Amino acid sequence: MILQALAFYVFAAITVASAAMVVTSRNPVYSVLFLILAFFNAAALFLLIGAEFIAMILVIVYVGAVAVLFLFVVMMLDINLTELREGFLEYFPVGALIGAVLFAELLLGVGIIGSGSTTVAALNAHGPHVAAIDNTRAIGRVLYTQYFYLFQVAGLVLLVAMIGAIVLTLRSRPGVRRQRAGEQINRTKEQAISVVKVPTRGGV
Amino acid sequence: MFADIHTFFTTNWLGIAILILLQCLAVTVPLLLAVAYMTYADRKIWASIQLRRGPNVVGPFGLLQPMADGLKLVLKETIIPSSANGILFVIAPMIAFMTALVAWAVVPFDNGWVIADINVGILYLFAISSLGVYGIIIAGWASNSKYAFLGALRSAAQMVSYEVSIGFVLVTVLLCVGSLNLSKVVLAQSGWFWNWFWLPLLPMFVIFFISALAETNRTPFDLPMSEAELVAGFHTEYSAMTFGLFFLGEYANMILLSALGAVLFLGGWHSPIPYAPFTLVPGVIWFALKIAFLLFIFSWTKGTLPRYRYDQLMRLGWKVFLPVSLAWVVLTAAVLQFGGWLPKP
Repeated sequence: MILQALAFYVFAAITVASAAMVVTSRNPVYSVLFLILAFFNAAALFLLIGAEFIAMILVIVYVGAVAVLFLFVVMMLDINLTELREGFLEYFPVGALIGAVLFAELLLGVGIIGSGSTTVAALNAHGPHVAAIDNTRAIGRVLYTQYFYLFQVAGLVLLVAMIGAIVLTLRSRPGVRRQRAGEQINRTKEQAISVVKVPTRGGV
Repeated sequence: MFADIHTFFTTNWLGIAILILLQCLAVTVPLLLAVAYMTYADRKIWASIQLRRGPNVVGPFGLLQPMADGLKLVLKETIIPSSANGILFVIAPMIAFMTALVAWAVVPFDNGWVIADINVGILYLFAISSLGVYGIIIAGWASNSKYAFLGALRSAAQMVSYEVSIGFVLVTVLLCVGSLNLSKVVLAQSGWFWNWFWLPLLPMFVIFFISALAETNRTPFDLPMSEAELVAGFHTEYSAMTFGLFFLGEYANMILLSALGAVLFLGGWHSPIPYAPFTLVPGVIWFALKIAFLLFIFSWTKGTLPRYRYDQLMRLGWKVFLPVSLAWVVLTAAVLQFGGWLPKP
C-alpha cells in the first residue's frame, strides 16, 4: 500500500512538473517533449487506480499519434518566441477564465463544492459493477449499449471535422502528373511496345 | 525450508523485487543474445542469396563475429557533434533501445511463462511499439543535420501510417479471440496448425507482416536510412555505442514483431500437430522456431527486394492496406456474428 502511495506521488509530481515545463520552456520542441512526459505519467496514474484500458488508450492515441504529429509540425516550424510572447498579457484573461472553469469542474467532480449528485462517485453508481469484470469489458458494455447513439454521433462529429480539414486544404492543381498503379499493371504488351521495321538508311 | 523460500519470494517485498529482477534478466539476456545472432544470421542469409560466404573468420564459421562487432562498438569513441543538442542526442538512442526491450514484458513464451500477464496485453504492445518512433524523431532533430532530419521525418510519417493498419489487424484477431490478453490469444488457437489464425485470417497475416517490415524500417521500406540518398538517415551523426543502441533496438524490434506475429497468427507456443512426439517438445522451443521462421522471411525480403519510392510507400499504406484491413474487420465481425462463432465472454 505504501509503495502505491509512493508511486502515486512520484508520477503526480512528474506530471505537474512537466506540465509546468510545457508552458514555461523556451524551446517549443522541449514543450512538446514535456507534454509527452506529462501524458505518459498521467497514463501511469490511470494504471494506479486500475483503469488499465484508459491508460493504454491514452498512450496509444495521445503519445503514439497526436504528440508525434505535434512534434513533427513543431520541429519544422521556425518559431520566434519573442514574437509569441508579445500577446501574452492580451490573452491572459481568457486563459485564466478557461483555467478557472476547468478548476471549478474538477472541484465539482470530486465533490468539494456543489451537491453530492454531481460527483464522479455518484455518476459511477449508474454504470455496471466494475469490480466484477475487467474494465475493457465494462467500458464496452456501457459505450455500446447505454450510450450507443452518443458514441456514434461523436464518431460522426470527428468524421465531419476530418472532411472539413480536407475540404479546406484541397485545391485542384492543373498539370500534375500522377502515377496510376492500376493502369500501369493493366498495360499489355501490345499497348506498351510497338515493333517497327526500320528500313536501312531510312530512319524511323 | 522450501516453504520458507516460497513465502520469501511471494510475500516479502525484497523477495518479490529479486524475483522480478530475475524474471527481467531471464528475458533480456536471451533476447540480447538473439539480437547478436540475428545480425549474424542476417549476414549469412544475405551472403547465401548473393553467392558469398558471409562472416567466416572470427571463430568457427564466423560464430564469434557478433561478439567482435559488439566489442568494437563499445571500444570506439562516442562523438557528439558540437552543434547537436547534447541531452536529447544522448537520450534518443536510449529511448529507441528501451522501447524495444520493455515490450517483451507481456510476451507469453509458454503457457504461463510471461512476466506480466495483463488483461490489455495487446494494447500494451501496440502502445509501446508506437513509442519507438520517438527515439528516431528525437535523434533526427537533435543531430542538427539535414540528412538525419529528413530521415527522421520520413520514419515518423511511415511508422504512423503503418501503425493504423497494424491496429486494424490486431482488432480482427481480438474479434476472433474475445480477449486482449496475449496468453488467451494463444490459447484460442490450440489444435492443429490450420486452427492457428494465419489460415482463417490469411490476408491480415500478409498485411501484418508487410506493415511489420515498414514499422521496423526494413527493406523494402528502409527509406529513413536509405544510404543512397540520406547517408545513413536518422543515425548519420551517431557513432560507437550510441549507434550500437539504435542497431540493437532495431533488431530487438524486429524480433518483437516476429514474436507478435507468432503469437497472433502462428499459434504461439502450440505445436503444429497436437499429438506426441510433437507435444513433448517444450512450447518455448516451438515459439522460438516460429519467431526464427518469421525472422528468416525478414532477411529474405531484405536480400531480395529493391527499395520502394516514398510516394508508393504512402500509397500502399493509406490507399491499399487501410481500406482492405478496415473492410476485413467489418467482414470478420459480420461472419462471427451471423455465423454464431462469436467467442463467449
